[in-house]
Amino acid sequence: MGNLKVLTDATLTTEVKSASTPVIVDFWAEWCGPCKLVAPVLDEIAGEYAGKIEIMKLNIDENPVAAQNAGITSIPTMNVYVNGEVVKQIIGAKPKSALVADLAEFLN
Amino acid sequence: MSTKENPAQLAIIGSGPAGYTAGIYAARAQLKPLLFEGAVTAGGALMNTTEVENFPGFENGIMGPQLMQQMRGQAERFGTEFITDDVVHAELTGDIKYLKDDRGNEYWAKAVILAMGSGYRELGIPGEKELSGHGVSWCATCDGFFFREQVIAVVGGGDSAIEEATFLTRFASKVYLIHRRDKLRASKIMQARAEADPKLEFVWNTEVIEAVAKDGKLNQIKTRNTQTGAEETLGVTGLFIAIGHDPRNELVKGQVDLDSNGYVLVKPGSTATNLPGVFACGDLVDHTYRQAITAAGTGCAAALDAERWLSHS
Repeated sequence: MGNLKVLTDATLTTEVKSASTPVIVDFWAEWCGPCKLVAPVLDEIAGEYAGKIEIMKLNIDENPVAAQNAGITSIPTMNVYVNGEVVKQIIGAKPKSALVADLAEFLN
Repeated sequence: MSTKENPAQLAIIGSGPAGYTAGIYAARAQLKPLLFEGAVTAGGALMNTTEVENFPGFENGIMGPQLMQQMRGQAERFGTEFITDDVVHAELTGDIKYLKDDRGNEYWAKAVILAMGSGYRELGIPGEKELSGHGVSWCATCDGFFFREQVIAVVGGGDSAIEEATFLTRFASKVYLIHRRDKLRASKIMQARAEADPKLEFVWNTEVIEAVAKDGKLNQIKTRNTQTGAEETLGVTGLFIAIGHDPRNELVKGQVDLDSNGYVLVKPGSTATNLPGVFACGDLVDHTYRQAITAAGTGCAAALDAERWLSHS
């Protein structure tokens, strides 16, 4: 658990472009309570749906440029990238069933 | 894990000060409580706060998340079993209470303590939902960071509104505090702090009626004076809503008696609900005080009531 790929300002664009599956990027920070609560839920989804999607993490404190370019104004925000483009945005910590429902189009 | 034939003594639903305190007392009473702490809400409302200055025993204050972590640890130390998930279905009317969590796991218990707390209230204005996460927020500690050197507004007049507003002045260049009355509900110390803050400007007798976007992000809000009806536009990139809370009663509605505002009714001087073996505490019950310490107090009372009820049944 907790071994999701970590993105940086330098790697976000190339990583989401080169991935063979949709990529969900979790924008988070150490001081954000809801981010910490949703992290294990994302770990669980990543494990369960491995091969269909990939979940990666970006710390907005350490990587302010990428967060700003992505237009993040609230965390946690989970952007779904397909071929490098944002096709869906999920804002706020949610229980597993709600996240899975939000991501259904990418998981089936 | 509990079964229908071999139910747990006690299940506690909720993990704010009420739920965790009930856990501490019930675990010390050897009831081996199951505590449902929520999939993404563990620790409750205090997880989204910063410094708590009025919880007795911490003379220099304590951070809300740390206080909750310590309460959880204390409950765990005596044998509380945590389920980090939401209860999505409850049948509380029978002798044995039945609960199902979001993952589909089933639980049975002889007694249940309800401590689901309250959820933030929405303004119900155009643009609010659409711009949630794009300038409209309910969590200053989560989102304040994104409003560095920007002009923003906080709506509300209670302690939580003032706390959010003063916290946000760390980041924002200016914070309007919009309140529909001409004075605050907040405690005197919070008011004094807000009045002394040069970045804070009070906007009295005013309600927000619309959140307006430009390029998908909040750009301005429309307001209306509650006395004169005059409408105005205020240029802000952030709108933080702190207008109060409503009890989170969805799970038990229709089974447990509620008052006209949706709070769970308990017998005077007790935490007992209308259902035998079902007790309620914290903000789910309390529309008057709504403090961490009062929630913890009623959480303790609920555990004691449940223990007594279990020993007689």
